[in-house]
Amino acid sequence: MNQENSQPTVGCGSPYHLNRRSVLRLAGLSGLSWLTPLATCLAREAEKKHAPAKSVILLWLEGAPSQLETFDPHPGSEIAYGSLARKTKSPLIKLGDGFEQLAEQMDAVSVVRALTSDEGDHERAIYNIKSGFRPDPTLVHPSIGSVICHQFEAADSKLVDIPRHVSILPGGQPGRGGYLGDQYDAYKIGDPVQSLPDLKANVEGQRQKNRLSDLEVLNSRFFAGRKRPSNTQNPFGISNLDASLRMMSSEQLDAFDVSKVPSADRLKYGDTPFGRGCLAALRLIQAGVRCVEVTLGGWDTHVDNHKLQAGQIKILDPAFASLIADLRARNLLESTLVLCGGEFGRTPWLNLVGGRDHWPQGFAVAIAGGGIQGGRVVGETTSTPKPEAKDRKAELKNSHPIQDLHATIFNLLGINYEEELQTPIGRPMKISQGKPIQELFT
Amino acid sequence: MNLVNSRQKKSWLLTGTILVGSAMVLAGILAKDRVPKPRSFESLKADQATVNKVAQEVDVVFAERWKGAGITPARPAENLTVIRRLSQGLTATIPSIEEIRQLEKVSSENQVEWWIARLLEDRRMSDHLAERFARAYVGVEDGPFIVFRRHRFVSWLSDQFIVNRPYDEIAHEIVASTGLWTDTPETNFVSVTSDPNKDGALDPIKLAAKTSRSLLAMRIDCLECHDDFLGTIQLGEPDDVRGGEQIDFHHLAAFFGQVQNSLAGIQDSKQDKPYEFRLLEDTEPSKIPPAVPYLEKLLPAEGTLRERLAKWITHPENKPFARATVNRLWAVMFGKPIIEPIDDIPWGQELPRELEILADDFIANNFDIHRTIRIIAATKSFKLESQYEGEVTVDHEKLLAVFPIIRLRPEQMAQALLQATSLVTIDYSAGILNRLESFGRQNDFIQRFGDFGKDEFTARGETVTQRLLLLNGDLIRERINGNLLAPNKIAAVSPDEKKMAEVAFLACFTRYPTSEELNHFLTRIGESESKPKNEIVLDLFWAMFNSAEFGWSH
Repeated sequence: MNQENSQPTVGCGSPYHLNRRSVLRLAGLSGLSWLTPLATCLAREAEKKHAPAKSVILLWLEGAPSQLETFDPHPGSEIAYGSLARKTKSPLIKLGDGFEQLAEQMDAVSVVRALTSDEGDHERAIYNIKSGFRPDPTLVHPSIGSVICHQFEAADSKLVDIPRHVSILPGGQPGRGGYLGDQYDAYKIGDPVQSLPDLKANVEGQRQKNRLSDLEVLNSRFFAGRKRPSNTQNPFGISNLDASLRMMSSEQLDAFDVSKVPSADRLKYGDTPFGRGCLAALRLIQAGVRCVEVTLGGWDTHVDNHKLQAGQIKILDPAFASLIADLRARNLLESTLVLCGGEFGRTPWLNLVGGRDHWPQGFAVAIAGGGIQGGRVVGETTSTPKPEAKDRKAELKNSHPIQDLHATIFNLLGINYEEELQTPIGRPMKISQGKPIQELFT
Repeated sequence: MNLVNSRQKKSWLLTGTILVGSAMVLAGILAKDRVPKPRSFESLKADQATVNKVAQEVDVVFAERWKGAGITPARPAENLTVIRRLSQGLTATIPSIEEIRQLEKVSSENQVEWWIARLLEDRRMSDHLAERFARAYVGVEDGPFIVFRRHRFVSWLSDQFIVNRPYDEIAHEIVASTGLWTDTPETNFVSVTSDPNKDGALDPIKLAAKTSRSLLAMRIDCLECHDDFLGTIQLGEPDDVRGGEQIDFHHLAAFFGQVQNSLAGIQDSKQDKPYEFRLLEDTEPSKIPPAVPYLEKLLPAEGTLRERLAKWITHPENKPFARATVNRLWAVMFGKPIIEPIDDIPWGQELPRELEILADDFIANNFDIHRTIRIIAATKSFKLESQYEGEVTVDHEKLLAVFPIIRLRPEQMAQALLQATSLVTIDYSAGILNRLESFGRQNDFIQRFGDFGKDEFTARGETVTQRLLLLNGDLIRERINGNLLAPNKIAAVSPDEKKMAEVAFLACFTRYPTSEELNHFLTRIGESESKPKNEIVLDLFWAMFNSAEFGWSH
């Protein structure tokens, strides 16, 4: 956790420190702001403008959406191949033509374009985006939600009875605890209209108590024979037993059940599993859950790109727009960071069967809430990429590696993204290798 | 009319199937000697002295370590505990009631060796071992359509393990075989790398990575993209160990540069087809010749590239091959390898003495997997209690002064649940319906529980989903309540409450209850006079299935 928020020192984070604008002017005039420690001070000042966000909702578009049909359209250009764009409530942002409802919410949503990664294979790229690290044969890195739950463990332990990391309609790689431990894995559920499995005890009342009493007798004997020093954790999953029993009788379970929501409120998200997933995400966040990922697959459009992307956008648009609108209406958007994107983008060129292939060299995500400014665009891709170009980054303006998005997320939650966590073998590992994207804060 | 006839036929067919199935189940249950004596027990006993001798060398290593750390090891475990350990390690399941009863007829000093002899003849052992090794060779996914048959590969491997084929021969075939993935199943090691997006082309890079990991326990994948800059990969000749370089990896990949996928299956191109790759510092791809990353003198000059590589890997002087194998066998039996991660044993460094003793013996005895299993089972460390009188410190666990407590993998958990609730042993002698049902239930359970995948020997914790599955899931509910299954049968036929508890404990924990546990159980019976007795037994089974003792190997 970032402890600097609570330290009233006259240092970089202090309100008594140099006025940010004046420093910027001076530094800018000097033309050397990026070389000086002042830049760091400025960055930290900007990062701390808002109270930290509490939760994250990740709308995960598995298969990789085309940036050109979603958050980074280039209408009229050759690479659009006829795709249109739509004006939005933000004068700076145009979206793909299908985002009729989301367009009305874009004053609260920003778009980061020209994101880059080094992974063009689905499996590796999903790992990269969800964990912020490239796959490493020696280590499994935790996903965003796992790190957040790990960092807020103490604060949440008495408040939340249900899993704090949830994956709705999980795809190939739902969030994993990795080296932090399996207890931080996402709790996976399907379409929220279905009841959750394994939550009802097979027997009730006194008989269940008897069973638990039998279990206590058996476990006591086993633990008595394997006493551990008082400063080490009991490794036998007992904390999960307690957590499971608490969860089974928790009123917070209602948050999973969207069937109780009036149909008009439910259907505005779209009558789809993904729409219901987004509604459940809203309810779970209200119940204290820290991270919810809702997956919408079907974006891997190597064939007939335009038609298939349009079909998925029809599902995404009402769900995403309604989620933002409802978070705003409940005054939850400031405390909830919402991200929407996939593992990479798609090629600016259509292949022979009308598809777009994998493109990690300049893709886009939408980001809202959690204290960032809405209606902004960060980064720019070209309308005229050269097929033969070797240095793709040279074609981008203000591009960011995917690690910067991670640092941004953790920073918004008040987590010191530079903190080093320990792997089980004592290997220090930074929470993030990136730097926050400043343009989203200022 | 035709429809009616068709329905009648189906009805008769169904009735016939049920009758035949029932007869097979009855035949299975009523068979007189359902736990055959191991045929090889006497012959193995004759050579047990040589096995014990090597085990004692390992014991000396551990004894010195314990002494150096000032640690007193745990007491020797009871035979039944060791037997449960062996079953869970080598077959993923636990001993059945009938197996325990048969074993109890064997003299105490022979029980462990008798049990090992039985397991080494048991197809469950070879199937289980094949699955563990296959995960390293071909992963856990279904892989490319048509050209990859994972099931065939695992079955083939199981066939080799059951007859105890020398492991160097198995490895040689895996690396160098040619033919179709269906009739030459070992070629699936290669065909799994086929890329459907590249016209089914095979991937030398993937092949190099998994060859070095699975057969040599060397994680050199990082070198695919760059030289080692962390100082974690050592290669070169024994007297000139150096850091790994990017080209080392691609030299190895070049051995697979000529392998191709054709109508005749996996073949080596007769044409000179050089391996090409653009190295980090280069602007253009260059031809990279095949070369091995250490012990070049062992590489034969003759044969196809893959044959030469296979002979180099399995050469008796190439110790990483033997180390990789015994490290994996140790992990299978202890639940964790001597060196972690299991596929990353350093080259050019001093290694744990027990690893070297086992590897040397493995090489000297013609890569005999069964023998290595027997040696590991004969070590004192394997036979120690997991329970300890004092506090168990990190040193106790690190130095194996107590037997490690490791969480069961999903397939171990599922099979233990199924076996504990079955009156008969679920092995190849069980009725086909029984086995099919068990197989289906096991798969359902693993799907919900989550498969541990390739990294199954990495220590894992527990998730809430898994705990809820054990507390309230379908498998446990159905297996506890089934009228024909062990819990209800034990409640129905046991002559008294004490016997009832004893059999339940044997079925689930492979041990008899302590006096405290027995008292608790008898008190529960006493307090519940008005309720049916079976309810108490069913509750006890539920509690045992949810206990740490059941869910962790010990």
